[in-house]
Amino acid sequence: MIVRILAEGQWDVSEDHLTELNRLDAEVEAAIEADDEATFATTLAALLDAVRSGGTVLADDSLEESDLILPPADATVDEVRELLNDDGLIPG
Amino acid sequence: MSLMKRMSLIFRSKANKALDRAEDPRETLDYSYQRQIELLSKVRRGVADVATSRKRVELQANQLEQQSQKLHDQAQKALSMGREDLAREALTRKSGLTGQLSDLKAQQAQLQGEEEKLTLASQRLQAKVESFRTRKETIKATYTAAEAQTKINEAFSGISEEMGDVGMAVQRAEDKTAQMQARAGAIDELISSGALDDASSISRGDDISRELDAMSSQSDVETELAALKAGSGSDQPEAIESGDSATEGQVDAQLEDQPKKEEGQA
Repeated sequence: MIVRILAEGQWDVSEDHLTELNRLDAEVEAAIEADDEATFATTLAALLDAVRSGGTVLADDSLEESDLILPPADATVDEVRELLNDDGLIPG
Repeated sequence: MSLMKRMSLIFRSKANKALDRAEDPRETLDYSYQRQIELLSKVRRGVADVATSRKRVELQANQLEQQSQKLHDQAQKALSMGREDLAREALTRKSGLTGQLSDLKAQQAQLQGEEEKLTLASQRLQAKVESFRTRKETIKATYTAAEAQTKINEAFSGISEEMGDVGMAVQRAEDKTAQMQARAGAIDELISSGALDDASSISRGDDISRELDAMSSQSDVETELAALKAGSGSDQPEAIESGDSATEGQVDAQLEDQPKKEEGQA
């Protein structure tokens, strides 16, 4: 399973980690819904760390599409909201 | 649906929209490659812009650090002359700079981080563009327009996701840099308006410097006067021209002694 952390790159993460990632992902989502910037920052950091430590970095020249995409480490709640809006931040 | 999944779907729909534009799918390859090259040069410009901003902030931090050190020296000098009021004034000004300085240091670190991130992004994109180019040529040589579509989709979706990511990273870096440039501009203005500069300008001198200079030239006069007074007396061992033969003899003896010592050392 390929996971991209925006502004950082892509990791190949084994399916074994999916439960853990989903749990952390739900915490991040809850923090966004609660508009809780502090909790968002810590839960996002935990989620990204889980990807980094549980996966192997994809080669720079790989052209694989990601199954999951995560916000950049320094993202704010507002930025993620905009990202989730189709006309939001992603150029193209 | 999970956050991670939603984000990947959004990227995917962007990629699909871009793909739908071309009539012959093989044209999409060249069009996309063109855009990749453009993005690559944009990222490189981004790296250069961030580096310029970082250097500017570094320069400002150095200036403020020098001014801060100078105010510290002034405070020390004032205190040694018994002018606690002047020392206090200098230290007050210095503390005004400390906040600015730590702000600049934080900006410098942040810009450094952006610069490193963009540099890595540019390396990743470069590798992917290279890889895409190879695949593009293979696809064009091997497949007919009808056959090419799936292969193109495969090659296209990966690079398109990367382009979305990198494009966003450049945009964010530019936004952050612009914010900092505005603040850097304010500090430049502060420095050039003299609010900070006055306290340490060497050419004109500030009020603290002027007062300290006045005091030290006053005390220089006193010291010289004292030395002159002392020099006219006969009981000064350092006074070589005092005419005292005993002293002269000692000096001669010391002078003769000198070359021998040097030889001994050599």
